Amino acid sequence: MLSTKKLNKRFGSLVVAKDIALDLPRGVRYALIGPNGAGKTTLINLMTGMVRPDSGQIFLGGKELTSLRPEARVRQGLARTFQINTLFPQLTALESVALAVLERQGISRVWWKSLPGYREAIDEAHDILVSLHLKTVANRLTRELPYGQQRLLEIALALATKPRVLLLDEPAAGVPKDENAELFAAISGLSRDLTVLFIEHDMDVVFRFASRILVMVGGRILVEGSPEEIAGNYEVREVYLGKARHG
Amino acid sequence: MENGRPAASEYFQRQVRWHPLEYAVWLAALLPFVLTPSHLSLASQIAITALFALSLDLLVGYAGLVSLGHAAFFGMGAYSAGLIAKHYWGEPLSVLLISGIFAGVLGYAMSHVIVRFRHLALIMLTLGFGLLLHEAANSASALTGGADGLQGFKYTSVLGFKFDMYGRAAYAYSLAVLFICFLVTRRIIHSPFGLALRGIRENALRMPAIGAPSLSHLRKAYTLAAVVAGVAGALLTQTTSTVSLEVLSFGRSADVLVILILGGAGRLYGGLLGAVIYMVARDQFSGINPQYWYFWIGLLLVAVVMFLPNGILGGLSALYKKTQ
Amino acid sequence: MLSSLAAVLFDGFAYGMLLFLLSVGLSVTLGMMNFVNLAHCSFAMVGGYTTVMLMNKLGWPFFATLPMAFVTAAVIAVVLERVLYRRLYRATDLDQCLLTIGIVFISVAAFAWFFTTEQQSTRIPEYLRATLQFMGVNFAVYRVFLVVVSLAVTGVLIYSLEYTRFGAQVRAAVDNQRMARGLGINVDRAFMITFALGGGLAGLGGALAIEIIGLDPSFALTYLVYVLIVVAVGGLGSIGGSFAAAVVLGISDMAGKYYFPWLGAFLIYLVMVGLLMWRPVGLFGKR
Repeated sequence: MLSTKKLNKRFGSLVVAKDIALDLPRGVRYALIGPNGAGKTTLINLMTGMVRPDSGQIFLGGKELTSLRPEARVRQGLARTFQINTLFPQLTALESVALAVLERQGISRVWWKSLPGYREAIDEAHDILVSLHLKTVANRLTRELPYGQQRLLEIALALATKPRVLLLDEPAAGVPKDENAELFAAISGLSRDLTVLFIEHDMDVVFRFASRILVMVGGRILVEGSPEEIAGNYEVREVYLGKARHG
Repeated sequence: MENGRPAASEYFQRQVRWHPLEYAVWLAALLPFVLTPSHLSLASQIAITALFALSLDLLVGYAGLVSLGHAAFFGMGAYSAGLIAKHYWGEPLSVLLISGIFAGVLGYAMSHVIVRFRHLALIMLTLGFGLLLHEAANSASALTGGADGLQGFKYTSVLGFKFDMYGRAAYAYSLAVLFICFLVTRRIIHSPFGLALRGIRENALRMPAIGAPSLSHLRKAYTLAAVVAGVAGALLTQTTSTVSLEVLSFGRSADVLVILILGGAGRLYGGLLGAVIYMVARDQFSGINPQYWYFWIGLLLVAVVMFLPNGILGGLSALYKKTQ
Repeated sequence: MLSSLAAVLFDGFAYGMLLFLLSVGLSVTLGMMNFVNLAHCSFAMVGGYTTVMLMNKLGWPFFATLPMAFVTAAVIAVVLERVLYRRLYRATDLDQCLLTIGIVFISVAAFAWFFTTEQQSTRIPEYLRATLQFMGVNFAVYRVFLVVVSLAVTGVLIYSLEYTRFGAQVRAAVDNQRMARGLGINVDRAFMITFALGGGLAGLGGALAIEIIGLDPSFALTYLVYVLIVVAVGGLGSIGGSFAAAVVLGISDMAGKYYFPWLGAFLIYLVMVGLLMWRPVGLFGKR
C-alpha cells in the first residue's frame, strides 16, 4: 500500500535518511523502532511531505506522491499523528474532528451555509469520538482535556481523514505506562483494512501490537521482520535491545 | 452511539442561535435617532468604523493573521465610490456594491502574495502594501486629487431619502449596511469555512495534516474581508461626499487594529464595541492636541495587551465565567 | 554628471550608514528572541533628545554628548525590557506589535510634551560643518565623520561577535535558542545585554542623525518604516545583512530622490515588497 524507493535526505552533513526502501502491504501493523536520532520522525515527515527528500520516491496504493503537497497526500489517504500534541486548543474535541471531516468532504470551502446544516459530518465526527472513548468530552475545549485524552484526540483527527495508511508518531509519548492500555486498545481496534505504522520505544507494546517490525539506525533501515525474527536478530540486539542484556 | 448524536448537533445549533443580548444591542443601535438626534453624523462614523473593524476581525480574530495595512481595502472602496460618482453615476447602492467588489478584487490579488508569509515578513508586507497604495494615490493626483483629496462629486440621496445635514438618512443607511454585512459575517463565521479559519488560527501546522488547503482558505478570507472593508470605505465616501488621502493612511490601519483589540478580536461584537468606545472618546476629547490623544491610546494599548489580552469582551466573558 | 553620481553614491552611503546604526540592534534582537520591537526608533529619539538637551541646555560639547546618547538609550532599553518586554516573549506577533506600537505612541507624545513638536538642531563644531573637495566632488565633512564612526562601530561589532565569548553566546542564541540554553548559556542575560547595546546604538544613531535628517517627535514613526525595511530585507540576526540592506536602501533612496523625484517613496516600498517576496527571510536571513 505504502512504499518508498531509495529515499534520501541530509541536513548539511547529517544524513537522516539513506536509501530507504519500504513496502508496507495493506492491513499490516508495523512498528518502527530504533535509537533516538535514528531518523524515525524524519521518515514520517518525508513520507507525509513536510520535508522534501533529496532523492527518492513515495507511492501510495501505486500512485506516486513524491511531488504532492502534504494536504494532497492526506486526501490520497495518508494520515499521521504528531509526537507532541498538535491540536486546536480553543476548539472543542467535536469541532476539531468535525473540521477534519469537513475538510475531507471538501465542504470547508463553504462560507454561506451554517454548520448545523451539515448533520452527517457532525454525526460522523461524533461517531469517531465515541469509537475512541471521547464521547463524554466532545464539547470540552481541547486545551482543557487531560493529556491522555489529547493523545486520543490526535488519533481521532487522523482517523477523520479516512486514511488508507496511518502513521503514528509515538502515540503513547508522555502517557504513563499504566494508563496507555486505553490508547492501545483504541489502536488495536482500528479497522483491519488500515495499514498502520507506529513509532514506539516500549518493547512490550511493540511485541504485543505489531505484526512486523522495522528497525532504523542512523538513517538506514537496519532490518525488517516479524517480532520473533527481530527478537532473535543479533545485530538488532547489539544496537538497540542491548540494554536488556546489560540490565 | 445513537443517543449522543442529537447532543452533538445541538452544540453547533447553540453557537448559531441569537442570544437575547444581541437583539438588545441592535435595538440600542436605533436609539441615536431618538436620544441624540443632533449627533447622527457621529453615529454614522461609528457605524462605518464598526463595519471596518468587523472586516478586520475576520483576518485577525478568526484567521489569526496580522495586518498593518487593512486601510488599503478601505481606501480602495472609498476612492472607487468617489471616482464612479465623479465620472459615471451616483446611485449609492449599486456603487456601494461595485466598490466592494473592486476592493475584493484588490484583496484577492494581494492575497496571492501575502498568504505565503508569516511573522515579520507578513507584518512588513501588509505594512508595505498599505504604504505603497498610499504613495501611489498621493502621486496619481490627476486621478485622485492627491493630498487634497477627491472632490467634484456629490451623493444626494439613497432610495429617495435625502442626505441632509441632520444625518438621518446617512445614519439609517450606514446602520442598515452595517447590519446586513454583520449578518453575512456572522454566517461566514458559523460556516464550515469559518471553522477552517479558526483551525488555521489555532494550529496552522495541523491543518495540512488533516488535508486542509490553508492557503486557499486564507486567500478567501482576505477577499471577503477586503470586500467588507471596501464597502465600509464606500459608505464613508457616500455619506460625506468627500474622499481624503487619509483613508489609505497607516494611521487608519493602526486605528482599526486598536479598535478591534480594544473591543476583543474573534468575538464578532468586539469591533463594534471598540468602535463605539473609541469614536465617542475621540469625539469627547476632540479638543486636545492629536499628540496627546495618541499618548492615551498608547497607554491603552499597553494596558490592554498586558492585562486584557482578549479585549473588553474577553475580560467580560472571563468575569462572567468566574461568577458561574 | 559623473561627479553628481559620485556625490549621490557617497551621500547615499552615508545615509545608509546612519540607517545601519539605527537598525542593527533591532536585527540582532529580533534574530535572538523573535520579539517584534516596533518601538526601536523610540530609543533613537531618546539618544537624539539627550544630545539636544545636553548641548542646548547644559552646553556640552557635541562629542561629549554622543556617549551619553548611547548610554541613556541603552538604559531605557534595559528598563523597558525588564519591566515589560520579557513578559511577552512567548506572546503572539500581534500582541508584541500592539504593545510596542503603544510604547511608540507614548514616546512620541512624551517627547512632544517636553520638547514641543519643533525640529531640533545641534550646534556641531565648525570643522565638522566644512566640506572637502576631492576629485571634483564635494564631500561634507560631517558625512565623512558619520561614515567613519559607523564603520568603526561595525568593526567593533563584528570583532566582538566573532572573537569574544559573549559574541559566541549571542551567535549561539540567534542560531538555536533552545540549544544554547541547553548548553548552559544564560540566554536571558545575553539578550538583555544585546538589547541594551542595540538600543544604545540606535540612540547614537539618533544623535548623529540630527544634523542629516533632523529630529522631532514623529521620528519614531517616520523612520520606523525604513528601519523595518532594512531589518526585513537584510535578514534577522545578521549584522552583514543589515549593513548591506542599509547601504542599498540609503543609496536607492538618495538616487531615487535625485533622479526620479516623482516616484517619491514609492520606489522604496516597491523594492522592499519585491525583495521580501523573492526572499522572505531577507537577503542574509536563515530559516
